[in-house]
Amino acid sequence: MTPDERALFEKRRRGRNIAIGLVLVSLAILFYFIGMARLLRG
Amino acid sequence: MSDAAMEPGQGGSAPLPASYDMSEVGDWIALLKPRVMSLVVFSGLVGMLVAPGVGAMHPVLAATAILCIAVAAGAAGAINMWYDRDIDAVMRRTSKRPIPAGRIAPASALAFGIWLSVASVTVMWMATNIAAAFVLALSIAFYVFVYTMWLKRRTPQNIVIGGAAGAFPPLIGWAAVTGDVTLVPIILFAIIFFWTPPHFWSLALWAHDDYARAGVPMLPVTAGARETRRQIVIYAVLLAPIGLLPWLVGFSGPAYAVVAAVLGAMFVRHAVAVLRDRQDDTGRSLTRDAPARACFRFSLYYLFVLFAALAVDHLVFGA
Repeated sequence: MTPDERALFEKRRRGRNIAIGLVLVSLAILFYFIGMARLLRG
Repeated sequence: MSDAAMEPGQGGSAPLPASYDMSEVGDWIALLKPRVMSLVVFSGLVGMLVAPGVGAMHPVLAATAILCIAVAAGAAGAINMWYDRDIDAVMRRTSKRPIPAGRIAPASALAFGIWLSVASVTVMWMATNIAAAFVLALSIAFYVFVYTMWLKRRTPQNIVIGGAAGAFPPLIGWAAVTGDVTLVPIILFAIIFFWTPPHFWSLALWAHDDYARAGVPMLPVTAGARETRRQIVIYAVLLAPIGLLPWLVGFSGPAYAVVAAVLGAMFVRHAVAVLRDRQDDTGRSLTRDAPARACFRFSLYYLFVLFAALAVDHLVFGA
């Protein structure tokens, strides 16, 4: 892998990691609100 | 230790890249067929809005149910793209999709689709009830196993029976609110079921060469354009009274009935225009399928306006 290819690979990997991180945080927030909504409505 | 002192690929721990590239995310989103998803979400939302007791549903749970319908539709779309990657590659309309274009590995797309399917059904169960989760799982299974893997490559009736997969969202939306499935959501299912063939065959008429090249037995390929035009008229004529069923069973008021009648008549008029299009001896259009394109566009408006009218009639006029 050339340095340019490696840099591109790492940029993409970093982008993918950020996207997965955002999805996981969103899921955690979603689960929190689902739990609260179910508790509040009994 | 300075990052600048290290070169990538020269051993040691690699430096952090200075920036990131999110272009790949767009490809993953494209796997979810976002354009198809919008109609699925809309019909699921209407199924939910007209269900009795929707006012008592917590908005977070209602929004989660819609999110699950959207994600499940996308997941089924991703698995469909994984299975159909060979025919997508030879069809002009689909050759730039992420898998045939080589931007996403087939196995990754399959894993993505399966993961999202399981997640959407599980979250639907958590947020609403088991009936909605079951119908959601059934809709994914129907689209993947019945339409994509069984019917699509075997019979020209593929989208007639397989069209049921796209008709599930109102059932899911209704079940998410009520926990059951009764006559009204089944009528909404029937409307989409009978709407799908004339909608899809209008597209297939002008995408005929693509389907023929890919060996997909769409009706224009197996039975010819002339028979397809006849079938479009038959289904449009059948759809018109089915669109009136919510009013006939007393679920909707006269405002909805007027809208449904006008839309039904307009759909039949578009279908007849497709039938009467100037054709060669084989039934192929001499007008670049202008009436079929117009019929396809109208079919999208038809479903959107009909379902919007149902929701408005129910929520505003309290029918």
